[in-house]
Amino acid sequence: MAFLDLLGFAVGALRGHRLRTALSVAGVAIGITAVLALTALGEGARRYIVDEFATLGSNLVIILPGKVETTGGVPFGGVTHDLTLEDHAALARLGRLRCAAPIAVATETLRFRDLGRSAPILGTTADYQEIRRLRLAAGSFLPSGDPERSGTEIVLGTKVAQELFRGENPLGQVVRVGPDRFRVVGVLAPRGLSMLGFDLDEAAFIPVRTAMRLFNRTSLFRIVAEVRIFAEMDQAKAEVLTLLKNRHRAEDVTVYTQDAMLASFSAILRVLTLSLAGIASVSLVVAGVGIMNVMLVSVTERRAEIGLLKALGAPAPRILLAFLAEAVILAALGGAAGLAAGGAGVGLLALAYPDFPVAIPLWAVGAAVTLSFLVGVGFGVWPARRATQLDPIAALARR
Amino acid sequence: MIELQGVWRTYPVGEGVVHALRDVSLTIAPGEHVALIGPSGSGKSTLLHILGCLDRPSQGRYCFEGRDVVALPEAERSLLRRTRIGFVFQFFHLLPRLTAQGNVELPMLFGGVPREERKARAAQALASVGLLPRAGHRPDQLSGGERQRVAIARAVVMNPAVVLADEPTGNLDRASAQDVMGVLEAMNRQGLTLVVVTHDPLLAARAKRVVHLADGVLADAPAGEA
Repeated sequence: MAFLDLLGFAVGALRGHRLRTALSVAGVAIGITAVLALTALGEGARRYIVDEFATLGSNLVIILPGKVETTGGVPFGGVTHDLTLEDHAALARLGRLRCAAPIAVATETLRFRDLGRSAPILGTTADYQEIRRLRLAAGSFLPSGDPERSGTEIVLGTKVAQELFRGENPLGQVVRVGPDRFRVVGVLAPRGLSMLGFDLDEAAFIPVRTAMRLFNRTSLFRIVAEVRIFAEMDQAKAEVLTLLKNRHRAEDVTVYTQDAMLASFSAILRVLTLSLAGIASVSLVVAGVGIMNVMLVSVTERRAEIGLLKALGAPAPRILLAFLAEAVILAALGGAAGLAAGGAGVGLLALAYPDFPVAIPLWAVGAAVTLSFLVGVGFGVWPARRATQLDPIAALARR
Repeated sequence: MIELQGVWRTYPVGEGVVHALRDVSLTIAPGEHVALIGPSGSGKSTLLHILGCLDRPSQGRYCFEGRDVVALPEAERSLLRRTRIGFVFQFFHLLPRLTAQGNVELPMLFGGVPREERKARAAQALASVGLLPRAGHRPDQLSGGERQRVAIARAVVMNPAVVLADEPTGNLDRASAQDVMGVLEAMNRQGLTLVVVTHDPLLAARAKRVVHLADGVLADAPAGEA
């Protein structure tokens, strides 16, 4: 009741100085808008990257030969077994995995007539297409069938195909890699930089058995597998480990889940968003100083009013509250205007760039509202205290 | 009701000290109408501020309604000002953004009186100064005399024991001054204690008791004067 009355009094005082009120409200509004816009952009970037990961397949298990941790001091300990095609065959039989693709990799020079181009060449199987969600611009991917088969097909990344064939149709042409000859069966659609480190547009794909012979390798580079059900990620990971441990009679492989990489990326980007919000909140401090300035001017200008209130016996805490209420109303109006402006701005951005998933996170809205309130109280207290400490006699002396 | 004993009020000015009041003793009984006169700089306003609990004596005793108020904490003194003392100023000191009604409600607003009661009491106070029809007007829509009558309504709305008026007609023409004094004297006749500071001898002559102040000293003994 009494508080509402004080609020009414404060609103009346603010309405007496519309321009000044509007300007300080605008200051807070700009601060809040900045906070919201920057967090929305940061959050948008995070979602964009998370979405990119999802298109790669977020339920991937990646198996590398070798153990990352240091093993004990036994002289014969730490012997690393090769990760072989037999291991892959055993993994492919696991019920929790939808499919698994072996990968052997080396950088070799591809030759077509007198042109040569150095490119990373992946030896793999047909399953790789499904796991990496590869799309083809022409032809087809490596034929499915026994991974032990030494085929001579090759699939080219879009850039490799362009640069090697200069507009000629590469399908059915013969490409040489070292002494071996491969027939081009497909060209990938442009994909761009993969999150996992290399550019699929620049790569070429051949059957894995052929690749291991060509590169003179006994061990696979890694095996990539897709888990059937996302929720069974951890069980699948454990099963893979157990299986390979039994086969190698030692724990000498490392198993990553893409899920974990995704989580750490997401965490990094969230920190980025937070720091953007922190930078933006500097403008709120500026707005707060603006409010403080307005309130100090208001206190100085209304000396007679404050003196009168004191002479009429208004208790000092109520005078304090009345002036504080003015500051908080300024900040709250600014906060509301900032929320509206920020929401509208982000909405426009979403309309202009529908592919970029900008959105104001709920926590940012909460933080903006809290911040504007704190700015009002924090920067309003000092001027309000000055009001209550005014000497009523001096304040009333002249008008 | 008001009892001053050996009150001094001094201000440090540069190296020296200014004595605004020197050994002032004054007793005012309930229902009195006292005029406090003297040339400017004689300490009239200082005395009024001390009587109104806006200022404290440097030395001496001040009892208000039997209570020593010199040493009271500020919160108690503002409660006294709110409930027992009314002020009327030369420059009215109405808030320009509030209506006459709003200005009269001000002491009750900060006193935490509920809205409905505020409205009723403010209307009653405005009626007692003959301004009920102007309740919705803002100060800039009122004449000087009307503004001072609004200020009087504000001073009496809390039913104080005493009204302290500092040159209440100093800014008014003769006719308005007559109106304003008429209102104050009518309230005095109903038992309100009235202390009027003025340098206008004609105004002072209307009081039942006149106290002269010169250079901070009460020039004549007020006791027994009628």
